[in-house]
Amino acid sequence: MYRYVLRRLLLTIPVILGAIFLVFTIMSLTPGDPGTLILGMTADKEDIEALNRELGYDKPFLVRFFNYLADIIFRFDFGDSYRTRTPVFQEIFQRFPNTFYLAVGSMALSSILGISLGILSAVRQYSFIDTFFTVMAMFFAAIPGFWLGLMLMLVFSLRLGWLPSSGVDSWRCFILPTATLSAGGAAGLMRLTRSTMLETIRQDYIRTARAKGASETTVIWKHALKNALLPVITSMGMSFGASLGGAIIIETVFGMPGLGTYIVTSIRQKDVPAVSAATLLLSVLFCLIMLVVDLLYAFLNPRIKARYTS
Amino acid sequence: MAAASESVLLEIEDLHVVYQTDLSTVYAVNGVDIRLDYGHTLGLVGETGAGKTTVALSILRLLPERTGRVSRGTIRIKGRDIMTLPEKEMREIRGQTVSMIFQDPMSALNPVITVGDQIAEAILLHDKQGLTRVQVEERVEEMLQMVGIEPERKNGYPHQFSGGMQQRVVISMALACNPDLLIADEPTTALDVTIQAQVLAMMRRLQEELGTAMIVISHDFGVVAETCDFVAVMYAGEIVEYGTAEEVLDGNIHHPYTVGLFGSIPSLESDAKRLSPIEGLMPDPTALPPGCKFAPRCPHRMDVCTEQKPDTYLIGDGDLKIMCHLFGEGTGK
Repeated sequence: MYRYVLRRLLLTIPVILGAIFLVFTIMSLTPGDPGTLILGMTADKEDIEALNRELGYDKPFLVRFFNYLADIIFRFDFGDSYRTRTPVFQEIFQRFPNTFYLAVGSMALSSILGISLGILSAVRQYSFIDTFFTVMAMFFAAIPGFWLGLMLMLVFSLRLGWLPSSGVDSWRCFILPTATLSAGGAAGLMRLTRSTMLETIRQDYIRTARAKGASETTVIWKHALKNALLPVITSMGMSFGASLGGAIIIETVFGMPGLGTYIVTSIRQKDVPAVSAATLLLSVLFCLIMLVVDLLYAFLNPRIKARYTS
Repeated sequence: MAAASESVLLEIEDLHVVYQTDLSTVYAVNGVDIRLDYGHTLGLVGETGAGKTTVALSILRLLPERTGRVSRGTIRIKGRDIMTLPEKEMREIRGQTVSMIFQDPMSALNPVITVGDQIAEAILLHDKQGLTRVQVEERVEEMLQMVGIEPERKNGYPHQFSGGMQQRVVISMALACNPDLLIADEPTTALDVTIQAQVLAMMRRLQEELGTAMIVISHDFGVVAETCDFVAVMYAGEIVEYGTAEEVLDGNIHHPYTVGLFGSIPSLESDAKRLSPIEGLMPDPTALPPGCKFAPRCPHRMDVCTEQKPDTYLIGDGDLKIMCHLFGEGTGK
């Protein structure tokens, strides 16, 4: 098992290198040079060129790329922001926890809601409960997050005044954004859990369990659930990636100083080092989550586990 | 019918089962009577769709909940009518009094639970003596040994076993609580021919050792001949011929359908170029013919066959019973 973890960790290195390369290339393809961006269009041409030279922008693309890479690897230096001229790394790490709480919180909430309601619907197939939650899931899967966020804000902050509508000052600020972000994921997971559960219940080994004299509760929790959850776990990893992306929108809606709002403002102002570093961090995070998902999958599925332990 | 005597384990009377969906009603079992004594083995043969598995599932009350329904008839196990039992008491019967082996061992075992745990579960579900963990493990090892699997392999998962081994695991699981009746639904159909022989020999040995009564469901006369004392031939949800294995498999008097079934087995001696199947198909179970259900395919069809359902006639002085107008008084033979 340790060898498997180690191998998977090593495998993330080329993925991350690839991500760095892609981000760097795309940012380089965009028009404009750092000198102009920092000093402004009206600045003296010679000053701009001097700054470009200082930042190494006059060198060829590949040289710049390897310099960038070397800075990251050997000095853990992601460059300075064009806007604020402070190290990007610092700026990101002030904001990162907010995004992290939001994404992890909404992932947890959507998993708990989605999986439990999915099981409930499958076990009571065609009942009122099933129909109700299936329709609700369709509704929440269909409505866009920013709209739901605005509506929740309207009801809970403006009308009822129960929860703050923006900021990150206390845990209460996270309730509405987390709820908004988890709605879509919960809906998707609920529908997936319901269908895999229904499929599992029809399997022969479920009939075997019943023929042994197992009670319905044992059949569902012991025999069906573990099998039904395998595809759900894979999808949970994917939806975490989606919720990182969704966090960008939700943070903007709720005015939270997170990684998402940081990326959005950085893109608007063409702050290349900031965008690159933030994107890089998101991709590393995504790789790690996928690793956790894979390990969980192997832990639950003996067929996969056997392949790596032996 | 006679009252349940001491020796009768299973008594099915006039069993009718339908599968009902919004679109159609399938008449799967149409008046089946079965009596099985302790320690006896009955073979249930017939084509796919004849209702064999449905009868078996009815005995365990495991028909698909939404669609399957016993519309008429009674099933008594050890003299108790199981149709009216509450679910909790029914669960005690399942696995303990009656257990079942399903057709495909590859899908009958839960892929994410070790085989040892799956056998242990069967033991624990019906444990009344409060066995300790160690005792349960010992019993699991004993069961595995009994079916010829090394006890050390109890921690393996189903995918680590071959098909034949998996079926042995399923069998040991079914026998773990010493059931009075074991229903084996096509126990060897999914296995290689060589493994089939092994598994059948093992089942026969265990049946003799443990004295378990058995219902063997198969479409293969060979399997039934290997294992059974009595044979019932099913066609379109009815038992058309019933008798001892000798009477049905070696006798001279048969239902035309049984004759057809035997005729469709290619013989080694004759120099047949083609197989000789029974002409036609089984009737559509959503619209069964009013008279004898085999009439449309029967080479001996008479006018009465298409109009009136035949009775079951006792032939000779043995156990042989045939449901056919050919054996009625005043008609034919």
